[in-house]
Amino acid sequence: MLLEIKDLHAGIEGREILKGLNLSVKKGEVHAIMGPNGSGKSTLAKVLTGHPGYKVISGEVLYEGKNLLELDPDERARDGIFLAFQYPVEIPGVANAQFLRLAYNEKMRHLGQEELDPLEFNDYLKEKMKIVEMDKSFINRAVNVGFSGGEKKRNEILQMAVLEPKLAVLDETDSGLDIDALRIVAEGVNKLRSPENAVVVVTHYQRLLDYIVPDFVHVLAGGKIVKDGGKELALELEAKGYDWVKSAGV
Amino acid sequence: MGAEIQKQTIYDADFGGSLAVSGQPVWLKSIRKQAFKFFTENGFPTPRNEEWKYTNTAPIAKQEFSFETGKVETEVVKNFTYDESAQNTLVFIDGIFAQEFSRVDGQFSAVTLNAAFKDEELVKVVEAKLGKAADFKKNGFAALNSAFLDEGFLLHVPQNTQVKEPIHLLFISTGGKISFPRVLVAAEKGSDVLLIESFVSAGPGPAFTNAVTEIFVEDNARVTHHRIQKENAESFHIGTTQAVLARDSYYDSTNINFGAALSRHDTGMVFTAEGAECFIDGLYMLNGSQHADTHSIIDHAVPHCTSHQTYKGVLGDRSHAVFNGKVFVGENARGTNAEQSNKNLLLSNEARIDTKPQLEIFNDDVKCAHGATVGQLEDEEVFYLLSRGLHRDLARNLLTYGFAEEVINKIEIGSIKEELDEAVLNRLEATLEV
Repeated sequence: MLLEIKDLHAGIEGREILKGLNLSVKKGEVHAIMGPNGSGKSTLAKVLTGHPGYKVISGEVLYEGKNLLELDPDERARDGIFLAFQYPVEIPGVANAQFLRLAYNEKMRHLGQEELDPLEFNDYLKEKMKIVEMDKSFINRAVNVGFSGGEKKRNEILQMAVLEPKLAVLDETDSGLDIDALRIVAEGVNKLRSPENAVVVVTHYQRLLDYIVPDFVHVLAGGKIVKDGGKELALELEAKGYDWVKSAGV
Repeated sequence: MGAEIQKQTIYDADFGGSLAVSGQPVWLKSIRKQAFKFFTENGFPTPRNEEWKYTNTAPIAKQEFSFETGKVETEVVKNFTYDESAQNTLVFIDGIFAQEFSRVDGQFSAVTLNAAFKDEELVKVVEAKLGKAADFKKNGFAALNSAFLDEGFLLHVPQNTQVKEPIHLLFISTGGKISFPRVLVAAEKGSDVLLIESFVSAGPGPAFTNAVTEIFVEDNARVTHHRIQKENAESFHIGTTQAVLARDSYYDSTNINFGAALSRHDTGMVFTAEGAECFIDGLYMLNGSQHADTHSIIDHAVPHCTSHQTYKGVLGDRSHAVFNGKVFVGENARGTNAEQSNKNLLLSNEARIDTKPQLEIFNDDVKCAHGATVGQLEDEEVFYLLSRGLHRDLARNLLTYGFAEEVINKIEIGSIKEELDEAVLNRLEATLEV
């Protein structure tokens, strides 16, 4: 098992948001977590990556059999967990290429593998940029500064491509994207899928799942998973609305 | 008070000796005597003086320094030179010109003032300009520099001369010494030059550098000026840079302050004719208990000139910085365009900044803006970098670099830029080992 979440209770500023969440993810799987606003989707993404603003109250999260919750955010990242942010952060003055190379080399060093110098890394990066159809002018621009919403999301997927995580959590990566950007982002994710990694897609809308087809769909409401199913569950949700699971599940 | 009075008389014997040996013209000796008199009467400024409110100079007055010139090995000098300016490097050891380490390519004159006095043309330049930009009556430090003007240096760029390689004035101080670097730069009409001034320490031990540089940018001339102060963390550095800009001239200065236990930089400029433009920018980055004070005066005395100022500060540990920037827009200065900003990043709860940007405008037909900010690293930005696997120190250094980069990127010399990039990125000595 790659990820096992057992009876997780967590929240922010003393407010409990996740109220006993259970989830298991194996390598090679794509899981979609769907739910209405405020159901705890983003909290789950932040707790998995160790955001300091979110506190775990009780429960357990095992990643490759180890206790994930005792690791710092940067340790989790070097161990192969990646979060595509709902709102990617702008980093003025730091070029995308420089940032990506530092992150890549941190991971390589952690794995005891060879680091890349700027020239070698640029070759590596060029290949990765094709995955998200990104223009090369992006690599010398400051991270996310002046990027459109769609460009920021593509940049997240580029980072995912560079870091090759074992577990990628996409936090509402589809929100606010037009259909072309959505297609590019989704195809990027699909190209990165492999039997060796897993993707957890957190989304409010069914639309993204037309492009990234999940193996499992989980409906999150009131801080718990209230319904599990296959990809057809997403379509059912779209047709019947979240009120349907809220009333049926709780 | 007792320490100050005692100090003012300590320099008496040294001054007498210095004045006696120099073969200088009478007018200069007269200025030096007046300057010394001003110093004996006024001493070093104290915090009671509004301009020195946040900078206590008592530690300088309390310490004794030697007037001798130290010895520096060639290898040590090489550590401080830059490849880009290898053809035009002028080295000063404890303020005294060191011919053996220096070379110039001949498109301009670079000589001590005493040598300039023997040249029919250059003596006119010195007479017309020396002391005309920087007034020794400004304070005790400026006065002491003028009093001990027994050598001085002239950089004269002739009319319409574009100096191809940058010119590097390298001031190396050695432990325990006092020095009074004094530079006069005259960029004649239509000339173009990139000037680097760097102030460094050859080794440990406190030294006291009291430097004055006057820069005259004549009609349509361009001077780009990089000033790097990276003396050791025990030293005292007091510097004045004063520029005078003539019609349609251009002066772009970038002032980097990393070094010294206590430093003060007074940077001033005055527009004397229309159509000129200046940048007075800087970065101070401090650690430990370092103290750095920048006082800047931009004087729009005439119409249709443009000034830009961006000063940034990165303050760690218990360091303390002061920024005081005045922009004067005179009654006649219609069409002035002036913008000024001072942004500070505090990396520790004990670091402190006193910032005071000031605009004084006496004309309505102007465009002016100014502001100051003080902030810390954003938690969301740090988390974003952590979530990509960067260690916390590296994440903080990278964000600090992003903050400082705007100023560092102005540096046109690749090896200086690299040196600064390194200094910022390794600030917290981020270890990449797990």
